[in-house]
Amino acid sequence: MLYINCPHCGMRSQNEFSYGGDASVKRPELNKEVSDQEWDNFVYNRKSLRGKHLELWQHISGCRQWIKVERDTATHEIFRTFKADEEVA
Amino acid sequence: MTQAFRIENSGLINRDKKLSFKFNGKTYFGYEGDTLASALLANGVHLVGRSFKYHRPRGFFGAGVDEPYAVVQLYRNGETEPNIKATEQELFEGLEAKSVNCWPSVNFDIGAINNFLKIFLPAGFYYKTFMWPKSFWYRIYEPFIRKAAGLGVASTKHDKERYEHKYEYCDLLIAGSGPSGLAGAYAAAKNGAKVILAEDKPRFGGSLLTSDVNIGNQSGKDWAEGIVAELKTMPNVVVKNRSQIFGYYDHNMLVMSEKVSDHLPVTKKYHPNKRLWYIRAKEVLISSGSIERPIVFGNNDTPGVMLSSAAKEYLKVYGVLVGRKPLVFTNNDSGYETAIEFKKHGVDPVLLDSRKNPESEIIDEAKNLGINIKNSYVVVAAQGYKKVKSADIASISEDKKQLGKIENIQCDCICVSGFWTPTIHLASQSGNKTKFKEEIDAFVPGQSKQNEITLGAASGEFSLEETLKTSFTAGSELSKKITENDNKIAIPNVVEKKSSQHDKFWCVPLPKGKNYKRFLDFQNDVAVSDVEIALREGYRSIEHVKRYTTLGMATDQGKTSNLNGLQLVSEIENKVVPAVGHTTFRPPYTPVSIGAIVGREVGKHSKPTRNSPMHSWHEKNNAVFVDAGVWLRPRYYKRGNENLFEGSKREAKNVRTNVGVCDVTTLGKIDIKGPDAAELLNRVYTNAWLKLPVGKARYGVMLREDGIVMDDGTTTRISENHYHMTTTTAQAANVLSHLEYYLQLVWPELNVNVVSTTEQWAGAAIAGPKSRDLLQKLFPNSDVSNEGLPFMGYMEGDLFGTKARIFRISFSGELAYEVNVESNFGNFMWEKIMEVGEEFNIQPYGTEALSTLRIEMGHVAGSELDGRTIPFDNALEGLVSKKKDFIGKRSLQRSAFIAEDRQRIVGVVPLDKQTSIPEGSHLVKDDKAPLPNPKLGHISASCWSVEYDNPFSLAILKDGKNMIGQKLFAMSPLKNKVIPVEIVSSHYVDPKGERVRS
Ligand SMILES: [Zn+2]
Repeated sequence: MLYINCPHCGMRSQNEFSYGGDASVKRPELNKEVSDQEWDNFVYNRKSLRGKHLELWQHISGCRQWIKVERDTATHEIFRTFKADEEVA
Repeated sequence: MTQAFRIENSGLINRDKKLSFKFNGKTYFGYEGDTLASALLANGVHLVGRSFKYHRPRGFFGAGVDEPYAVVQLYRNGETEPNIKATEQELFEGLEAKSVNCWPSVNFDIGAINNFLKIFLPAGFYYKTFMWPKSFWYRIYEPFIRKAAGLGVASTKHDKERYEHKYEYCDLLIAGSGPSGLAGAYAAAKNGAKVILAEDKPRFGGSLLTSDVNIGNQSGKDWAEGIVAELKTMPNVVVKNRSQIFGYYDHNMLVMSEKVSDHLPVTKKYHPNKRLWYIRAKEVLISSGSIERPIVFGNNDTPGVMLSSAAKEYLKVYGVLVGRKPLVFTNNDSGYETAIEFKKHGVDPVLLDSRKNPESEIIDEAKNLGINIKNSYVVVAAQGYKKVKSADIASISEDKKQLGKIENIQCDCICVSGFWTPTIHLASQSGNKTKFKEEIDAFVPGQSKQNEITLGAASGEFSLEETLKTSFTAGSELSKKITENDNKIAIPNVVEKKSSQHDKFWCVPLPKGKNYKRFLDFQNDVAVSDVEIALREGYRSIEHVKRYTTLGMATDQGKTSNLNGLQLVSEIENKVVPAVGHTTFRPPYTPVSIGAIVGREVGKHSKPTRNSPMHSWHEKNNAVFVDAGVWLRPRYYKRGNENLFEGSKREAKNVRTNVGVCDVTTLGKIDIKGPDAAELLNRVYTNAWLKLPVGKARYGVMLREDGIVMDDGTTTRISENHYHMTTTTAQAANVLSHLEYYLQLVWPELNVNVVSTTEQWAGAAIAGPKSRDLLQKLFPNSDVSNEGLPFMGYMEGDLFGTKARIFRISFSGELAYEVNVESNFGNFMWEKIMEVGEEFNIQPYGTEALSTLRIEMGHVAGSELDGRTIPFDNALEGLVSKKKDFIGKRSLQRSAFIAEDRQRIVGVVPLDKQTSIPEGSHLVKDDKAPLPNPKLGHISASCWSVEYDNPFSLAILKDGKNMIGQKLFAMSPLKNKVIPVEIVSSHYVDPKGERVRS
């Protein structure tokens, strides 16, 4: 079970969180012309990376905040975590 | 029966407490502190089971967790449990156990014919033997394997025992209480670290209980006792025996199974049977010791052949002789220690050492005691069927290829030592890349992956002095990092006898003309010849060899067989062992009770049950309940002998003719506040929300980004910046997360707050033509007329002194209202509604009637919004705004979603107006078409229309828009039904929706 540092609450076990997928995906702006390809990429196409991955988790049994977690998908190592509005450098 | 093999003046058992127990129906006696194994051996019982494949007799091989043979079926306090190791099961008064794998009895077993007729089941027998002909599989092979296989029988009864889970955090977790575990724990505890020390056996001390050493002028055992006693007094230390750490998971979380009650005849009141600990440790010290490995020789599975360390443990811990004429066969000094113990207790052993001329303090002691030692000698084969009677022995050449003349010597047990294998399972599970250590012919932990360190024998360090030094230091250093204390511990003086280098020898060659079975894996009956076959057939990867031969795959997970298997593969393949590599170690290290894994989450506790505030009223009024998500809802209120069909029909009819009340507390409710609340709704729902006035409700549909309908419900504008959203019962949690996702991540600029209020409000739906009359009486001071509270209107009211929210919304399609009060007043509200409604013939109605009402109105619910449909499919395209953008809108342009013949909701009526159509039935054009019959659609929901008194169903049908009036067939192979049907409009009742506005 992963041990995730919620930027709002501190170290908490994985069973307090739910997974939310790739955090690098950006939703196209509302009311903007979007090509089929762009929309497909946004809705469906994901890389399924092996290695360092920036992903979303929601602390559903805690502060209910969505957070960003930088995790290695192969080793499960967690490098850094960020608040939803924090820029990831 | 007397305990003929119990000796005086030895052992840690309590001789004042005699215990009786039964094995295979026969009564024996043992002492408190015995294991089932030691008590049986004390009574001279060596035959405990039959082997898995060949049903060869099986005795005891070890004295603990590594035991491959002595697996029994245990009976305790009216319960039975399979797969119990007799070497781990502590004796208690009245214990009963039986052998497994034998029929009709352990002494006469029919399956043993497998062995004598030489219809051996070689490597890969699962894959080869039972392949052909195919028709034999179900009738002959499978029943045969089922009868022959298995290590006992699981109970089919409800388990009365209780199991607990516990979550714990600590600075330092220590796995194993041998010398390194105790030293590490002590040093860390002295630095104030929070320490958990776990020992799987009942007694602490590990190897110190049996080794002849001296620490700080005390025996090893006394030193261990002193340390444990002191640790137990320290508030920062948890000391646990009977507790096996069996899994090392991510981020330094380890799981430990504590046997709280297995050693007692009956579990104490309020105690669990087992407790599973989830421990998050900052640092882990693995001091799991090592397991002696056997030397492979002919018939090495005969009862009476056992590890020399086990023989020593039975002698020193339990005061039990495993034989009176022992033969010790060793390639290192450990065999000498066992021989010395025999000699000290008046038994004369013969010792065979594969080495030519070893010298050490231990060997000197053995010689001084006059022990008969034969160098460059090996056991070629054990003789005897159900028990060792003698051994064929021979001298062996220096290159270990040539055997001398075979001699036969009398013996009643063979104690074998092929040196020691560090227990690296936990380190390996943590991700540690293990490495091969030539000096000990075994793998040891390498680079740590997580915060773990392995010390003592588990790391391949067999010197006690060195082990104590490194472990005290490690305990100090690891704890210093955490507590910043630095209390130095004086490392005690150690007196231990020096040992000599072991012989790199693990398998005795077969003598000419003999074809003895030489077993590698004793539990799964994998012999040297099986591995040879696998390699001959082309298996190379050790992982493949393992699966093909089943080497190391039994419940002991090859604790005694792994390394010898690797040695064999490396020899045949002409590779060094590290190049062969070892198979992956996976948790659990030892079998764990399913009960312990499940914990308290059984039966009703497997998921939380939520009851509405009106639950006790429903109970008192004969409600029959149904699970609805996490809630328990009344399905119908039973009157007399009514069944579900009759009851729900009555209730639905009463709604259509009078008035009914339904508990809708379970609907998800989300409170939405903020100046941008309307903008959020406008982006989340498919229809327009910016112009909804205060005091009005609106029905909305929300999509996922892929265009599929996620949920529907009504949202009401309570005040300027305050909205009350409802969701379906099932989707409540998902919708909240969905809103939070967009507010926190996608549109953080929106100034809106959302919070779940599902449990804060109790809800009652009042539906039926007389509902307004009832409502007026409930709220005499409010104007609830059609003008005062029009369809989709909202107002607050005073319900006999309680503040209520009144919504004019309808799911049933009738004139209907929903009244909400704070949950605490839910029952009050309900009773008032029933009381005041009496004159209008009110009846409560359950979910079944609710379904009937919505189905015949063509209102969609979860069975249509099933994660596969878009708004058009549900005839909801009128709610999809063309003007504004919203979540999922772009996906609605997908070609499949705008296809001319797109699926759509329709109504379905059986032609005979009698036969109910099973939900899930497929709609097809031709009921006689060959399979697979092309499916045009499926029945999503069925009811008995109370309006027309005939069956009615909803379906999602291809090109549904143009299918009205068509005749099709509804086919349910599951229910064996073919029903001719007509497709009609989904709005079966009141298609214009006049009633809700009346
Ligand atoms: Zn949090």
